[in-house]
Parts: sequence; structure tokens; C-alpha cells
Amino acid sequence: MSDIPEGFRYTDSHEWVKDLGNSEYMMGLTAYAQEQMGEIVMVEFPGMLDFNSGEILGSLEAVKTAEDFYAPFDCKVVRINEGLEDEPALINENPYDKGWLVVVKTDDPSGFNSLKSAEEYTEFIGE
Amino acid sequence: MDKKTALHDKHVNLGARMESFAGHIMPIKYTTVKEEHNAVRNGVGIFDLSHMGEFRVKGKDASRFLDYILTNDSDVEPGKAYYSTMCYPDGGIVDDLIVYRLSEDEYLIIVNASNIEKDWAWVNNHTAGYSIDLTNESDETALVAIQGPDAEKVAQKLTDENLKKMDYYTHTSGVFAGKKALIARTGYTGEDGFEIYIVSEDAEAVWDAVMEAGAKFDIKPVGLGARDTLRLEVGYLLYGNDMDHTTTPIEAKLGWVVKLKTDKDFIGREVMARQKQEKPARYIVGLEVLGKGFPRHGAELFEGDRKVGVVTSGSLAPALGHGVCLAFVEKGFHKTGTELEAEVRGKRIPVKTVKLPFYKDGSRK
Repeated sequence: MSDIPEGFRYTDSHEWVKDLGNSEYMMGLTAYAQEQMGEIVMVEFPGMLDFNSGEILGSLEAVKTAEDFYAPFDCKVVRINEGLEDEPALINENPYDKGWLVVVKTDDPSGFNSLKSAEEYTEFIGE
Repeated sequence: MDKKTALHDKHVNLGARMESFAGHIMPIKYTTVKEEHNAVRNGVGIFDLSHMGEFRVKGKDASRFLDYILTNDSDVEPGKAYYSTMCYPDGGIVDDLIVYRLSEDEYLIIVNASNIEKDWAWVNNHTAGYSIDLTNESDETALVAIQGPDAEKVAQKLTDENLKKMDYYTHTSGVFAGKKALIARTGYTGEDGFEIYIVSEDAEAVWDAVMEAGAKFDIKPVGLGARDTLRLEVGYLLYGNDMDHTTTPIEAKLGWVVKLKTDKDFIGREVMARQKQEKPARYIVGLEVLGKGFPRHGAELFEGDRKVGVVTSGSLAPALGHGVCLAFVEKGFHKTGTELEAEVRGKRIPVKTVKLPFYKDGSRK
């Protein structure tokens, strides 16, 4: 059974989102999703731009497969995890901490609040 | 039902990720593909390749038989090995394989695991008129490979054969780790290395001995994941990905294993001779990815709106830090330096044709 920490919010496309305060939110890939993908070997970020909800924020290349990850709500990317450039497997090793993907900013918290809770996400993935 | 190799329990105990591959349950990786890849490039790694197939061809017509069913020339000295394709009459490739000449009238052929049954049927269908004995020893034979710049130092601890005197693509029958073995200086990694063929009963003892002898060199077990990135980085083709029954050796730039310069007849000769003269309509090329990401098998290649090819293998090259691919492209787009675009999930990624191998610093002799 995958680790799904309380206190985070979750998307249907298997990102976790954490409220950092100051209208900033950290995002990453859930433990469940990285297990499904296998060893991630490359991460691609379009950059510090504005994104509409559902737009592609970046791509993850694993040994056998590739997946995009998406803006969970309208937001602007303000930080990207540059450590993943050299060590993309951090996403596999530590998906909720060192393997974070981006920090985004939004003034409207309603998008965040409507994401799934840990309990809802657990049910969603059927574990 | 997938077959287990004689080393199955070793892999499980090492915590390997096991997956089904070519009818066998095989270790994909033990730690990470990157770490295992780097161990072989910079030190030494050990592989279980017991899924590969072994056919023995023995008899007074062995050489003549192999000359007919294989594209390369069987006329090598005993103790030497050669790489070859085996083709259909239309030039399509049945399989690619390694042949060890054991003596004047005896050869051992190593075929891809995914093709064992097909190849066995094919060779048996062509024995009429040849005085030979064929045996399929695939299930009874284990193969442990030791690959990397430190491979000789590790292997030498386990045999009295003078490995320093063995050239690349030679082999010898001897004792290895106390067991009767065929010791071959061959591999699929671009590095120096050995492939040790033993009976399955001896596999665990040989594996343990190699791990122990390699401890000082920080030897790492290496799975099929890194085997794939290692071979791609040096531009080695993989049957089923980069070539199959729809491609000929000439298109796959394997003309060097087709004995058109001799007057020997072999299956597919006519088609290949014509293709060599007229030049094929497409070629396999190496592509360096100029952007981020990497196209994979099946990704289409474009120049502007025109589709000019398809990617056959693609991966991040761990030793180079960027994506690399093998691809079939139309004649005219195959020249080194041609810039194309690969379509990946709706996006275009710039790529450029480059000379193979991608990775040029291998320790292979």
C-alpha cells in the first residue's frame, strides 16, 4: 500500500499539493504514481510561467514510460526543483519531500480547497 | 508460464525487480538503471543472461551448413567468434546471433531468447543434404556475463587460462570458478568483458565466485534495464526493436556481416546483393536528441510536414546525459548532421543524425 500523507491535497492526475502559506503551493508526484511509472530518468519543466488549470506543467521520463504533470488550478510557477536535473530518481526515493516538482502561486485558494483529501485519494486509487 | 533461470533465487534475494521478458522471469534492475549502467562503464558488473538460447551444430558439414543459413562467413579459426544475421529468402532478418567456432566441425550459436523456438524450427527446416547434428541446449545452459573495464581483473582470479592473451571475439574451453566452462571475450555493452557459459547446475557457484572475486572492484549485479541503455549508447541493434523480419541487414547497416564478397550461396543472398547495388530506400541511423526528453520506439520523425522515418529505440544515455535514438529514415535523410524533428505526445523534439557509437570511450578491445 502506498504512502498517502494526511495534510496534503491530491489531484486525479496523481499530483500532491501542499499549502506553504503566502499563497504558495508545493507540488509533486504521489508515491503511488512514481511506483507505477518506475525509475524516473529525466524531468522537463517549461519554466516560470503562468498556467491555466489542467495545462501541462512539465514532463517526467521514466525508463519505460513518460507522463506529463498538470497545473491543478490557475497558477504561476515560482520555483522549480533544480535538484531533479542531476537526480531525477529523487522522485522515486522521496516523492513527498526531496522529490518535489514545483512551487506555484495563486491568490485564489478555492482551487486548492476543492482537491481531494488523503482519504478521498486513497479511495480514488482503490487501495 | 515464464521460465526461471538457475539464478532466479539469487536475484530475488538481492531485491531485484523481476519482470517477464521473452518467456523468462528476469531481473530488470537491482538498484537503479543509472547506477548499474555506470558500474559497467566505470568498473565492473555481473549479468545473468541465461535466458539466451544456445544451439550446438556438429558434424562434417557444420561449416557449410552455417554458411548457407547465416549471412556471415563461417570460415574463422577454431577459438574465434563472429556476429551474424540469419535471414529469410526475402532478406528479412530471422535473428541476429553470435557464433563460436569450437573446433573444425563444431560450432555453438547464441540466439535471442525471444526467438529460440522460431530459430530452432528455422534451422531444422534447412538441414536436408547436410551431415550435421543439431542440439538445442538453451534450457540446460546458464550464461553469466562479466562486463566493464575491470572485468579481466575479476575474471582472471577465477581461471588459469591466460585472459590477457585472449583477444576480443575469441573464446576458450576451460575451468572457471572450478567449473567446466566456455569462456568467451564477448559482450553487448561496448566495454571489455567475458561471457561464461556453464551448465545450469553450476550457475549459482559461478555467480557467487564472481561476486566474491569482484567485491574488491565494487562489482554490481546489472539487470536488463541497464543492459538496454548500455547497448543503445554504443549503437548496438536489438532484435524486435531495431530490426526484424521486415528489415534487411543492408538497411540495418549490417552489410559487414553479409558475405557478398565471397562466392558462397546463402539464404537471402540475391535480395541483399541487389539491395547493396541499388542502395536501400531507408537506413538505420543514430539520432542525438537536441532538446529535453527523448523519443521512444515508434515515435515518428519529420522534416517539416513530411514524415521521413520512425524511431526504433530511444532512451536517455546515462553516460552522456542526453537522449539518443536509433531510427529508420528515408534515403536522403540519413546523412550525418541532418536535422529532423521527432513527435512525442503531440510535441516536436529536435534531433540530429550522428555517427555511431554515441558513447565513444568504451573499454572494448
